[in-house]
Amino acid sequence: MKKNKFKQNTLPALAMAGPVSLWMILFVTLPMLYIIYISFMSRGIFGDVVYEFSLDSYKTLLDSTYFKVIVKSMKAAFITTLLCILIGYPFAYYIAKQPKEVASKLIMLVMIPFWTNSLMRLNSWLLLFQTSGPVNNFLQNAGFIDSPISFVYTDGLVMIGMITNMLPFAVLPMYSSIEKLSKSLLEASADLGASRSTTFFNITLPLTFPGIFSSIILVFIPSLGIYTVTDMLGGGKVLYIGNIIKNQFGAIRNWPLGAALSVLLIVITGLLIFIYTRFAKIEDMEVV
Amino acid sequence: MSISKKRKRQRMEEFIGTAYSIAIYAILYIPVLVMMMFSFNNQRYNYYWNGFTTQWYTKLFSNSALIESLWYSVVIAVLATIISVTIGTIGALGLKKYEFRGKKFINEMLYIPIIVPEIVMAVALLVIFIKVGFALGMGSILIGHCTFCIPYAVVTIKGRISGDGYSLEEASMDLGANRIQTFINVTLPSIMPGVMSAAFLSFTLSIDDVVMSNMLAGAKNSTLPVLILSMNKSGVTPDVNALTTIMILIIVIAMILNNLIKNTLKKRKKTEETI
Amino acid sequence: MSAIVSLINVEKSFGKNKVVKSMNIEVKEGEFLTLLGPSGCGKTTTLRMIAGFEDATSGIIKVQGVRVEDKEPFERDVNTVFQNYALFPHMTVFDNIAYGLKIKKRPKDEIKKRVNEMLDLVQLKGYENRKPDALSGGQKQRVAIARALINNPKVLLLDEPLGALDLKLRKQMQVELKRLQKKLGITFVYVTHDQEEALTMSDRIAVMNEGVIEQLGTPREIYDRPLTKFVAGFIGESNIFDGKVISVNDGIIYVETSAGTMKVKGNGFEAGEDIHVSIRPEHIKVSADSVEGFNLRGKIKDNIYMGTFVKTSVDLKDKTEIKYSRIEKEEEFTEGNFVNIYWNPERAVAIKSKS
Repeated sequence: MKKNKFKQNTLPALAMAGPVSLWMILFVTLPMLYIIYISFMSRGIFGDVVYEFSLDSYKTLLDSTYFKVIVKSMKAAFITTLLCILIGYPFAYYIAKQPKEVASKLIMLVMIPFWTNSLMRLNSWLLLFQTSGPVNNFLQNAGFIDSPISFVYTDGLVMIGMITNMLPFAVLPMYSSIEKLSKSLLEASADLGASRSTTFFNITLPLTFPGIFSSIILVFIPSLGIYTVTDMLGGGKVLYIGNIIKNQFGAIRNWPLGAALSVLLIVITGLLIFIYTRFAKIEDMEVV
Repeated sequence: MSISKKRKRQRMEEFIGTAYSIAIYAILYIPVLVMMMFSFNNQRYNYYWNGFTTQWYTKLFSNSALIESLWYSVVIAVLATIISVTIGTIGALGLKKYEFRGKKFINEMLYIPIIVPEIVMAVALLVIFIKVGFALGMGSILIGHCTFCIPYAVVTIKGRISGDGYSLEEASMDLGANRIQTFINVTLPSIMPGVMSAAFLSFTLSIDDVVMSNMLAGAKNSTLPVLILSMNKSGVTPDVNALTTIMILIIVIAMILNNLIKNTLKKRKKTEETI
Repeated sequence: MSAIVSLINVEKSFGKNKVVKSMNIEVKEGEFLTLLGPSGCGKTTTLRMIAGFEDATSGIIKVQGVRVEDKEPFERDVNTVFQNYALFPHMTVFDNIAYGLKIKKRPKDEIKKRVNEMLDLVQLKGYENRKPDALSGGQKQRVAIARALINNPKVLLLDEPLGALDLKLRKQMQVELKRLQKKLGITFVYVTHDQEEALTMSDRIAVMNEGVIEQLGTPREIYDRPLTKFVAGFIGESNIFDGKVISVNDGIIYVETSAGTMKVKGNGFEAGEDIHVSIRPEHIKVSADSVEGFNLRGKIKDNIYMGTFVKTSVDLKDKTEIKYSRIEKEEEFTEGNFVNIYWNPERAVAIKSKS
């Protein structure tokens, strides 16, 4: 690719790239640095930030209650990601097999539910699974159970909420990757004697791995930080990292701890991205 | 028929594929349909179904808290879209076409709001705002929204800018147009599809946003999603369902219209070319 | 020689579009057969039906006497060399070539031995560990061939394999492929739109047009004795006249066309019948004097020097143009001159007109 440099005065460059650069520095770089800074500060008696260096907040993370929550969140995020990929891959494959016209419409159909307010969709799951709701009524009428099951405010329901929220973010990158797969490679594999499953494991899967990796990132990281799903469907009984962070800046007022948890999320995020750029060999990250 | 064995297997595969996809679509759409259905619920609170009514579609307008939050959401979304798309468009062009010190840094910064969980971004902004004494409210929410909309806008538009040299711009300036004229007459039209996509993306991200809005909200109830979140404990009222149903219908109709217009324009262009 | 591939009344339609119409052909064992034709004529579709990537809408396909319509590509004893090579980008040259044997679960040392033999055969020794993106077009080509041949297929199908190479490399590869085929004795079914390529490499050529085989024969037969107007026009350069038979006398046909009268050697024509006459530029002669049986006068339009020969365009009385070529030393008529066109009737081809 030719690099065409406009060797004109710097004014156009400043005018165009200036605003966005300024915004990023002011509202992304600085806040992030400040949060990292606060994580190393201590908490005063009344919940204010005392500017003394302390590793207390990080030590608290290793404290059993918090540590348990962190592990639980990561487990949940991991399961969500795994299920989204397992469920989403065949779906993405099916869409990719369709002719382009049909495929783009199918993808659009996947996106439409996401133009509705996510909270209302979560609320719907609540309505469906509440004790007097349709699911319980059906199960009782069909004779599967005698008395209503309390689905609400359980890990299971939260998981359903997570998966339905995250599924399109898994499907889109995988679809993009599968769609790019050249049909002639699959034909060549069959031509050389490979059965359909052999072709899948030897050719399709390795070559669509970049898409799968993108999906992992687009699902796992948000899942770690989410709190709306747990709020709406978990009712305070199910708590993930996101909820804990929010509480530190709300009622509980422990900013350094909240900051430390945020830093933890940043570190996990950074790690994943590092692995991504190393092994998925993609120069410019493309977000769907 | 000797081909029947192969055809049978192919048909079976298609059937399974279609059935599976329909199941997935069902999982995605059931919440939407349930949400719409319960907008007709003849009950004060959405605990269970209590009969059909359309009263909420009119009653929602008298729910002042709801209408106010809707108003705030829309205003913020529109402003956020305008700001983000403007900054994002010229930013994308500037980043793609010029080299300058720190360009790599800015590019990497742009990915942070996209990749890092929103709660971290929200909390970071909250902390800075409080530190500098910036009052929380519509303004802070707007800034928060722009902060994640701008990167999406930049990435979307960047993907649409042709990377094969700047011949169009060069031709325009060769013919006598200055930079601004070139921008308006040549550059902008060529990236317009990207700009439209970015605008749509920004609007939907902003109007549905919960995390940023919740964290940066002031004392009074602010945007619609924040209102809904606060209603969760006591139960969401059907008028909210009615409102969100109307909103989704508007968006879907807008998309269909947009597609229709695009297609008729394409067809008209084709007939013009053949003449 | 027995038929190793047979197509019997094979048809293929995509929706309402009939791409291959009632095709019948028998490929002889050990031969180099080319399917030649313009794009859209159905040649690639036919090849893909033999390979198994497309299902025939109707008809029977046999490989070594066994019907294969119901068989998947991986169940057929044929291998394909793809137009875009289709090398697996995530595998090395070695793994690409070894693929077919790995599928069959052959022992490691056997695979190593066979792959090395193949690398020798296509002259790519030392490239085992390279990935496809580090190879040139010609090298990718050879890996694709090695990958296919290692499986000892009964038939090798090649879909315009040289299309993406530059001229010099293409000519080189044509010679190499032909040599390879002769050496290994494998049947090659080759698809191309390049008639020079077909004439150079093939034992037999099937000239296809719009889903049917217009003529099947040796390169010599196709070139010297085209059976249809299409084949005459597609192969080599030709001047083709449309006319009516005036009379037939002792194997010589006298033809009246809008440009004038001419003679051609041929059989099976009656007076009054529609006919095409095809004559190649190198067989045309000109004279200042009139020639018996010919009344074909034209004005020299231009002489273009082509290096080894000169190509001359002549405008005829019905406003059409013919071209003839001659080596430079022969007598030249300057532009603007009127000349009489004639030829040896045995050099022209009489072609039946499709009614």
